[in-house]
Amino acid sequence: MEISIPTSNWLVVAPEIVVLVTALLVMMVDLFLGKEHKGRLAWLSLVGVLVAAGLSYYIWDGSDAVLHDMLAADGYALFLNLVILTAAALAILFSVEYTARTGLARGEYYTLLLLSTTGMMLMAAAINLMTIFLALEILSLALYVLVGLNRTEMRSAEAAMKYLLLGAFASGFLLYGMAMIYGQAGTTSLAGVHDYVLSLGGDIPTLLLLGTGLMIVGFGFKVALVPFQMWTPDVYEGAPTSVTAFMSVGAKAAGFAALGRVALYALGDLQGDWVWVLAVLAALTMTVGNLAALRQSNLKRMLAYSSIAHAGYILVGLAAGSESGVSAVLFYLFSYAFMNVGAFAIVIAVGKFGNSAEPGETLDDFAGLAARKPGLAVAMALFMLSLAGVPPLVGFMGKLYVFGAAVQADLTWLAIFGVINSVISAYYYLRVVVFMYMREAQETEEMPSPVCPALGVGVALAGVAVVLLGLWPAAILNLAQAAATALLGG
Amino acid sequence: MNQVGFPLLSILIFLPLAGALVTLFLGKNRTFIKVWALVVSLAGLALACVVWGLFDYDQPGMQFVDRFAWIEPFGISYFVAVDGINLWMLLLTAFLSPVAVLVSWKFLDNQPEIDARGFVFFLLALETGVLGVFAALDLILFYVFWEAMLVPAYFLIGKWGGERRVYATLKFFLYTMAGSALMLVAIIVLAVLNYQDTGVLTFDLLALYDLPLAFWAQVWLFLAFVLAFAVKAPIWPLHTWQPDAYVESPTPVTILLAAVLSKMAIYGLIRFCLPLFPDAFETFQPWIWLLAIVGILYGSLIALVQRDMKRLVAYSSLAHMGMLVAGVMAANSQGIQGALVQTVSHGLTVTALFVFVGMLEARRGTRQIEAFGGLWKSIPLVGTLVLTAILASIGLPGLSGFPGEFTMLVGIFQESPAAAAFATLSIVLGAWYMLDLFRKAFAGPLERPENRSLPDLRRREAMVVLPLVALMFVFGILPNLIIRPTDTAVTDLLTLAEERRVVLIEPSSTQHLADGK
Repeated sequence: MEISIPTSNWLVVAPEIVVLVTALLVMMVDLFLGKEHKGRLAWLSLVGVLVAAGLSYYIWDGSDAVLHDMLAADGYALFLNLVILTAAALAILFSVEYTARTGLARGEYYTLLLLSTTGMMLMAAAINLMTIFLALEILSLALYVLVGLNRTEMRSAEAAMKYLLLGAFASGFLLYGMAMIYGQAGTTSLAGVHDYVLSLGGDIPTLLLLGTGLMIVGFGFKVALVPFQMWTPDVYEGAPTSVTAFMSVGAKAAGFAALGRVALYALGDLQGDWVWVLAVLAALTMTVGNLAALRQSNLKRMLAYSSIAHAGYILVGLAAGSESGVSAVLFYLFSYAFMNVGAFAIVIAVGKFGNSAEPGETLDDFAGLAARKPGLAVAMALFMLSLAGVPPLVGFMGKLYVFGAAVQADLTWLAIFGVINSVISAYYYLRVVVFMYMREAQETEEMPSPVCPALGVGVALAGVAVVLLGLWPAAILNLAQAAATALLGG
Repeated sequence: MNQVGFPLLSILIFLPLAGALVTLFLGKNRTFIKVWALVVSLAGLALACVVWGLFDYDQPGMQFVDRFAWIEPFGISYFVAVDGINLWMLLLTAFLSPVAVLVSWKFLDNQPEIDARGFVFFLLALETGVLGVFAALDLILFYVFWEAMLVPAYFLIGKWGGERRVYATLKFFLYTMAGSALMLVAIIVLAVLNYQDTGVLTFDLLALYDLPLAFWAQVWLFLAFVLAFAVKAPIWPLHTWQPDAYVESPTPVTILLAAVLSKMAIYGLIRFCLPLFPDAFETFQPWIWLLAIVGILYGSLIALVQRDMKRLVAYSSLAHMGMLVAGVMAANSQGIQGALVQTVSHGLTVTALFVFVGMLEARRGTRQIEAFGGLWKSIPLVGTLVLTAILASIGLPGLSGFPGEFTMLVGIFQESPAAAAFATLSIVLGAWYMLDLFRKAFAGPLERPENRSLPDLRRREAMVVLPLVALMFVFGILPNLIIRPTDTAVTDLLTLAEERRVVLIEPSSTQHLADGK
């Protein structure tokens, strides 16, 4: 009997394979490392991530390479790879210090992180409903465990439970929606669905619309859109901070990646139907996220709500539904990786010096930081101002791009919502700056210890990126536009 | 066009920022830092004078143009230039910066424990931001400078201000940012409309001057822009951030806030609102006049009952800004050129007044008017200078306040005699509260023994104040120094505004926007 193995273009998933292999390597090397040397696993992971990033950039040649109609290596996937890998690299740098402090420095931590990264990258590259779901499950399962990894903390276990239960529920919605679309279109390939929708003319079957709605619910949960955001503050607060940092960017990037492909490519012709849904969701998400953040005194919760708000801004770009909307989303995600992971890094760093029950998480721990650790304070100020959208930092550029796309798509009201929300958000971002610069530090007896070098390097990199990309965004903008054209243009 | 062949204007704009960055590496020697700050700001002033010297008064269009593509994919360019309208704004900023630095010397000396490096850094960074606002001709570049300038101001007030500084600075930042938020959307809408019309995506103001705008589009865009400028000026009733911000700031920062930052709003009205939205400008003219006049009355009457000198000057500033806004809204050459002259004069007088308040506070430790009285007898030199500044602020002929105010009133009168009559109240009420302040503090019997032995004008104080007062005389007698450069630019601006009126044109390509908005 002849078994014919179809030829596969493995180069398409080369970056994902690299990360996967690194994860397995970490698992194996972990067996041979003593307890004190676990930190070395971080460097191994980092090398893997950087190689994958380089590879992503290398294989980007505008070609249409696909793997069995399941995964693609188009500009869209590769740009998102860069975003996800940046978040992973920064998170690994910041994990070195955090895991050493909280006893989480185990092989499983880095393995799970890398496996989750693989899932995220696969989700960005997925051009088939099945692959989207598989990738989603890979990234989610790894994250569920990571969130609960801090076994001694009650909040961590609670967070993991909540995330698992709600995540499983949302995955169910997603799958149900996919099933409906499959039932209607007869194929799970996104290209196939795209062609099917085109062939419909004007007559849209209800099953298709229902399936779309359910899928939006599923994705909405993953990227924390209102009204599916209830899990976010508790999970972000309970999870180990480095995991939160990673999750806040990576899961969002992956979720928006898939949502973008499904909504704008596969169901692109239904745009008239889902535009208003996404626009309303975006407006709601921004507003709820910002208003809730105003009242938080726990920094991780505040950043969680801020994350929700930023998901709203990003969704504005998708709601615009145009090529510039997609490239705006991509640019925003890239800049968000630096701003947000950087902000969490400072939370990790301050946790070392904090005195309260939740070290590094309350605003009081940040009081007088400018005097004690001026470098960290400057970096945090940059991240906060960038998240608020103050020029000339990169957060402003991202918002300009996203709101510009909205205006171009006749969604000016959404842009107005967006800028008003930015102003509201400035209040709670500035509050952190006030505490750092304009309040006296609490009394501490010991000398402030030096900042962990890995964390310092990461923070410096992120800070520089936030300023440089704000002043000269053209290079990344061009990349993002190329990626968007790869998705929609053709 | 750029007559010098190298980016003189950009150097002028970014020199203070470069100086600020260098400050971070200057070590802890306070004297060094203070001297460096003065050197940088004086260098800026020198450059500004070079620009003035090389400025061609009769050349229409933009001069000293620096332009290159900044963010190509968006059509955002780095585009700065000088013309008659912003020449004196730049000069005023460049002149008042060394003044603010000199005042901050005293401020830093009085409090040896505060961080001199950080203070100087933010002070110089603020100067770059303000210069950039005045020079920018790309709308996004303008917006970037407009918002970015808030950050150093926020730190300056919040870290080194008075007791309620955190409240004041948060209010200032959030209020201003909220006002400007809609302006960003308006800028984007302008660019998108232009793109739909011409197929070119650009934020270049001069290119956008060619875009025909339907009436309703003008109205909404005008309102968005005016909101931002109304918070900045401030115009009543969006002024509530101003007294706290001015009073809680350290004196050098108050000087920059009152003398320079508020003028950004006047500049914005002239540069953007009038030529881009002429019909909306005319439609809202009576309403904004109403608000400006209420501001004049409100500011003056509240100044009248103030007991804190700094707060009094702050409210007087509100009244004067109302007058300035009224002048600009007249939308004729007298109104605008008068406003440009008064901008310079108000910059000088309000600086001088705040400096004097600072001097008195340093001597007695209080700003309450009742703590003084009969100071003329103990510090006559200071008294003379204070009286001069007050008279200039009131608008006495011969001093710098008169030409601007009078010209503005003529301009307003041509459009509406009633508005002019009300606006004249600014002069009357100004005389009332200012001379009342002088009477209570300087004239009258010298009763308190603490006031007898106050030191008179010190040398360093004289260095700051004498140039200000001298210029008050110079511009009072030779206002043409300020008016002459503005002739060509203002005439061209008004002609442009007239040509862009669309009230009789049927909009077609912009109809959907008029409908949607």
